[in-house]
Amino acid sequence: MKKKMSMRLTAALGALALVAAACGGGVDFEAGDLGAVTVEDGESIQIRSLQVITGPDATLGIPEERAVRLAVADFGQIFGHDVEVGTGLDDLCSADGGQAAAQTIVADDQVVGVIGTSCSGAATAAMPLISQDGMVMISGSNTSPALTSDLQGTAGSDYHEGYYRTAHNDLIQGAAAANFMFRELGLANVALIHDGDPYTQGLTSAFQAAFEALGGTITVHTSIPKGTTDAAPVLTEVAGTNPEGVFMPIFIAEATAIAQQKGNVAGLEEVTFMGADGILSPAFIEEVPESAGFYFSGPDLRFGENTNEATDVNAAGFLAAYDAEYNEAPTAPFWAHAYDATTMLLMAIKAVAVEDGDRLHIDRRALRDELDKISGFSGIIGTINCDDFGDCGAAKITVIHNVDNVYSNATENVVFSYVPEG
Amino acid sequence: MDRVFRVCCPAVVAETSTQNARTRRFRFNWVDSFLWFIRISAIIAIVVGLTGTIQNFLDGQGPTVEQWRDLFVSSISTGAMYGLVALGYSMVYGVLGFINFAHGEVFMSGIMVGWIAAMLLFENGLWDANPFISLAIVLLVAMFTSTLIAVLTEKIAYRPLRGSPRLIPLITSIGVSFFLQYAFAGLFGVGLQTYPAPPGILSEDINVFGVPIEGTKLLVIAVAILAMVALWYFVTKTKTGRAMRAVAEDKEIAGLMGINVDRTIVTTFAVGGAMAGVGGLLWALLFRNVQFITGFLPGIKAFTAAVLGGIGNLPGAMLGGVFLGLFEGMGPLLVLDGLGIPAVSQLKDAVAFSALILVLIFRPTGLLGERLGSEDRA
Amino acid sequence: MIDMRRTFRFGLLAGGAMAFLGGIGMIESFNERTLIDPILRMGDLFLYGTLFVIAYIAARGEINILEEPDYRAAETTATGAAVGFVATMVTVVYALLITAVDVVEFFPNMDEAMVESLTFEQGAPIGLALLGLASVIVGAVGGWLVSTADGLKQSISKVVGWVLGFALLEVVVTDIVESRDVSRLIYSPNGGLRLWSVAVIAVLVVYLSRRYSGRLTSFAAEVSNADSKSRLRRGVIAFLVFAAIVLPMLLGGILNELMINVSLFVLMGLGLNIVVGLAGLLDLGYVAFFAVGAYGTAVLTSPLSPTFSPQLNWWVALPIVFVLAAIAGLLVGTPVIRMRGDYLAIVTLGFGEIVRILLLSDWLTPLFGGSQGIRRIPGVDVPFLGEVGGTRPEFFVYLTLIFVLIAGYISYRAQNSRIGRAWAAMREDEDVAEAIGISTVSAKLLAFVTGAIIASFAGALFSAKVGAVFTNSFDVLVSIIILVVVIVGGMGSISGVIVGAFVLIGVLGGPKSPGLLAEFAEFKLLFYGAILVFMMLKRPEGLLPSVRRSRELHQDEMSQDAWLEKGGDFTADDAEGATT
Repeated sequence: MKKKMSMRLTAALGALALVAAACGGGVDFEAGDLGAVTVEDGESIQIRSLQVITGPDATLGIPEERAVRLAVADFGQIFGHDVEVGTGLDDLCSADGGQAAAQTIVADDQVVGVIGTSCSGAATAAMPLISQDGMVMISGSNTSPALTSDLQGTAGSDYHEGYYRTAHNDLIQGAAAANFMFRELGLANVALIHDGDPYTQGLTSAFQAAFEALGGTITVHTSIPKGTTDAAPVLTEVAGTNPEGVFMPIFIAEATAIAQQKGNVAGLEEVTFMGADGILSPAFIEEVPESAGFYFSGPDLRFGENTNEATDVNAAGFLAAYDAEYNEAPTAPFWAHAYDATTMLLMAIKAVAVEDGDRLHIDRRALRDELDKISGFSGIIGTINCDDFGDCGAAKITVIHNVDNVYSNATENVVFSYVPEG
Repeated sequence: MDRVFRVCCPAVVAETSTQNARTRRFRFNWVDSFLWFIRISAIIAIVVGLTGTIQNFLDGQGPTVEQWRDLFVSSISTGAMYGLVALGYSMVYGVLGFINFAHGEVFMSGIMVGWIAAMLLFENGLWDANPFISLAIVLLVAMFTSTLIAVLTEKIAYRPLRGSPRLIPLITSIGVSFFLQYAFAGLFGVGLQTYPAPPGILSEDINVFGVPIEGTKLLVIAVAILAMVALWYFVTKTKTGRAMRAVAEDKEIAGLMGINVDRTIVTTFAVGGAMAGVGGLLWALLFRNVQFITGFLPGIKAFTAAVLGGIGNLPGAMLGGVFLGLFEGMGPLLVLDGLGIPAVSQLKDAVAFSALILVLIFRPTGLLGERLGSEDRA
Repeated sequence: MIDMRRTFRFGLLAGGAMAFLGGIGMIESFNERTLIDPILRMGDLFLYGTLFVIAYIAARGEINILEEPDYRAAETTATGAAVGFVATMVTVVYALLITAVDVVEFFPNMDEAMVESLTFEQGAPIGLALLGLASVIVGAVGGWLVSTADGLKQSISKVVGWVLGFALLEVVVTDIVESRDVSRLIYSPNGGLRLWSVAVIAVLVVYLSRRYSGRLTSFAAEVSNADSKSRLRRGVIAFLVFAAIVLPMLLGGILNELMINVSLFVLMGLGLNIVVGLAGLLDLGYVAFFAVGAYGTAVLTSPLSPTFSPQLNWWVALPIVFVLAAIAGLLVGTPVIRMRGDYLAIVTLGFGEIVRILLLSDWLTPLFGGSQGIRRIPGVDVPFLGEVGGTRPEFFVYLTLIFVLIAGYISYRAQNSRIGRAWAAMREDEDVAEAIGISTVSAKLLAFVTGAIIASFAGALFSAKVGAVFTNSFDVLVSIIILVVVIVGGMGSISGVIVGAFVLIGVLGGPKSPGLLAEFAEFKLLFYGAILVFMMLKRPEGLLPSVRRSRELHQDEMSQDAWLEKGGDFTADDAEGATT
């Protein structure tokens, strides 16, 4: 209540003060119903990064936070004001972690927007706070349909105004993978393995629905809990159902165990394995030789000459800068999404910011409206269009085939691409 | 002797002794019947599950004979690895009477540093040229590291606590465990480190009495048996080993008999660490991946194995490990699947812990019975 | 006389510690945070702080309680400087080695960037010289401080403490101040205190402490000595209650959020304290009851509960949740009733994991939502305020405080009642307790059930606060951290649990929540580990121990020593003497 009150105070009293101040400055600025941020002369525009940066899922979030920082550096100043990301916040890949971090963010009235979260579970609990305080949040890797919509025009159960994402909706990827396995590979019997994560389980469920609708059979829908190193039991369970293919949209540690140990389980020799974007990274494709032959569904990573229109940076340029700064390649493919998300936010800020002498006013309502309107924005991930529920992703899923354990070859080796109809 | 006792106890005596005669028998029956209920329902569940699985098998569903056999072998080899780590828990528990939570990290440190050795050997081509010598080098590195860490933690963290209530060293060991985990996370990074693939000879099947068994698993089982025999010889036949048993039985008396208790305790930690190092090599052979959290869950599992076999009992620890490996590896598919439960592999750890609880309900001192000193049995 | 060997050893230790902190990447990552604008970064603080402490200890020499120590400034300063010098040598060799040999493949942090972070971003020759200079100076200051008068020492440590406090808690101070202009006065726009605010803090601290410190300590002593029913004591309690009521209104969102997280751990700590501290049953799966409370509430109140979704009001769901928790307590308690201490530990740990795995399982997804958890859990309906959840922390905090009071009251009553004495007897010696007629079965079950219900308070609040439950909030780490809170605070002591939760969860952060020092995130558990080991070695009875417990602890030590050294010549007076 106090927060809301102080927000309204900012809106009402603040607006008065601003009007008073504006009389001196000469610009007539009036804040909308969500209030506004005023950046004083010599101060920075505050945005925040909220990703998972510790614990086992940090491989997902760290490249995203770094991409946010690189994007801010590439974008440069906005009307003479620096953009500051501050200390990278940690969503801990959990609801409570997301909520606690969101609390830290909303405590600072100067924050305009957030790039995050990494994990859908964290967004579920963070968004009510972010939304209530009038901020916007753009995620580079949340994919849960509940956060946006079912793509049929019905808002998801956890949708809140002010939420956007550049990552694709799970429903698209589930359908893409199912179509590929059933139509392209001609597999009628597929086993599914998730790891108990909301993301992976959501994806296997979406796959199951799409696959069964196509007329295929799911032989078993099982799970390899996070932290499992002994994959023999789950592989035996899968092998016992005689599948022709296995779809396992899980993460690197468990996928490595499965790839390395599948050779020891009789009956899996001829089975086709397919993973998703959780393992679509050099850490799996190059470091694990047994991943040869795997298919991967995920966002189209043939960024090629796709250039972010705000910064004129393409994938090659980004990766070179990343390597120079951090001595390694990104450990997850969502760096591009986080980069585009950041530039989207900065573009929108630039579009709505009102110059008032050396100060800058950013209206929160106008910022949301601006993001809602985004369409045809060219980013590294492709053309970005935001729908009514914040899904801004490129909505194109590709399937690649790993033949020679070279990451760049694999990402170029696209065997299937899928764009939802309509 | 203690004022607390004097103050509190007469009151307690007064208030409980009269009602006790009546309530006690009733309460005990209630608990007993609940335990019997658990025992019977467990047996029914297991029988129904097994029947269901056998039915499925006869119907041609589920794993084939070959797959069951592979699973059996791999469960046993995992279990053998648990067993080696469990020895460290069991020995420390036997001597000092506390759960050394950091033992899982001792185990992890061996795998982690062994990984450096393996990578260096691999890069120099020795890994493929001289596989067994390479493995021996990795084994030595792993054993050395684990022993060193075990002895250091004993010296820095546990020795000053000798004689304090056992909860204190337990908490200290949790602290050591966190510290080691995150020190290794900082040093080696949080990512997965992967050992090079085991040399070619090992990945082929070897015939044992007509049954083809994968080379790696055979090596794992052989190394575990060798290590166990060596340990058994050390504990029962050497002077130091006898000193260890004496200290485990009664520290004070052992001290009076002229045994250097401190040194014997260090030896206990060192031997436990060395066994964890051997376990580390087996882990590297079986799973090939190591991460800073690698020690945590296997550590808990190994302690579970130690309790399952009867804590303080060395053959018990090994047997407990093998049984735990079998329970968690085969239990889900063999029993739960037959009960019609979906995604049974997900319940692997739940099966392991349920097995522990059930074994303790049936046999409260573990499979082979505990062997503890007089002071720890209280 | 300078003890050369000792100095050298400490120098090596300091050098090794500095190399370690660099090698785990702490210095590099902490250096991104500025504490005092142009001069001090957080990484440097840790790097030289470690050296400083070690130099101080080295210069202090072996402590002999019988002699009044006599320190000469020149001697201690030289010792400190020598420690700094040896440490530099170690660090220099280390830095050169890293530059020469490429070990990044194995140790990702040991690269050029780390060497730069150790050398003020200057790289090899100049930076190493700077490092040496700084180390010798810091070492010398550390050594010199030993020889200074106590008053000066205190003033310095107070100033350093307050300055660092303000610097580290920048986010929180900014949040409380709420006025951007004021916080801009204190803190530089690049982060970190401004130099002149350091000066102001220093002057204020010295002035205020000179003026009031005597009175404060004497007042504190008076309060702690006062009779529990005295006016003074009551006044203090009334003041604390008043503060608890007023404080949340003054605190910003961050601190209220923190207060809630701390309170949840206080609740669980109080519950576990009954099980472990009072009844002596080592439960490592306590999180199971927290999970029962949280999931129970979620199923009963959320419209998204998969199958069974009565959508009850939180207050209506609460008693049902208590009953569920009590049943869970019985289910866990009964099978383990006959098990001895450490069997209990591993079996309860197992129960905790089983509960988590079942909640996550696809098998029970129709009931508990499995991987997708249960979301859209409504907040708590409060008259006049409407729905209070995690988005309104300044109200939710009162709700948690009320439950903390209830749990505290239950603990307090339980401790001093018939059952509390039965627990104490059972904890001391189960066989004797049994022999004198205590029904250990019902005492144990009662402990489990009470503990479970208190944990379910925390669970129900957690559900309503976060608005979503997923199983990753209930893993085994939570059980362990609750135990740590209880032990660090002081087992068996209610105030100890509260202090423990504030120190650990509030300052360092909980398993899924940041503390005041959120920057430590990556290294949080490293600090946890170090603090635990240090505490257990130096103060095993905890920060605020219960009198009874601490006596037991020391009496154990004493009896052990007595047995070994005095041959049984040991009286109760010795034990009493040891505690006071």
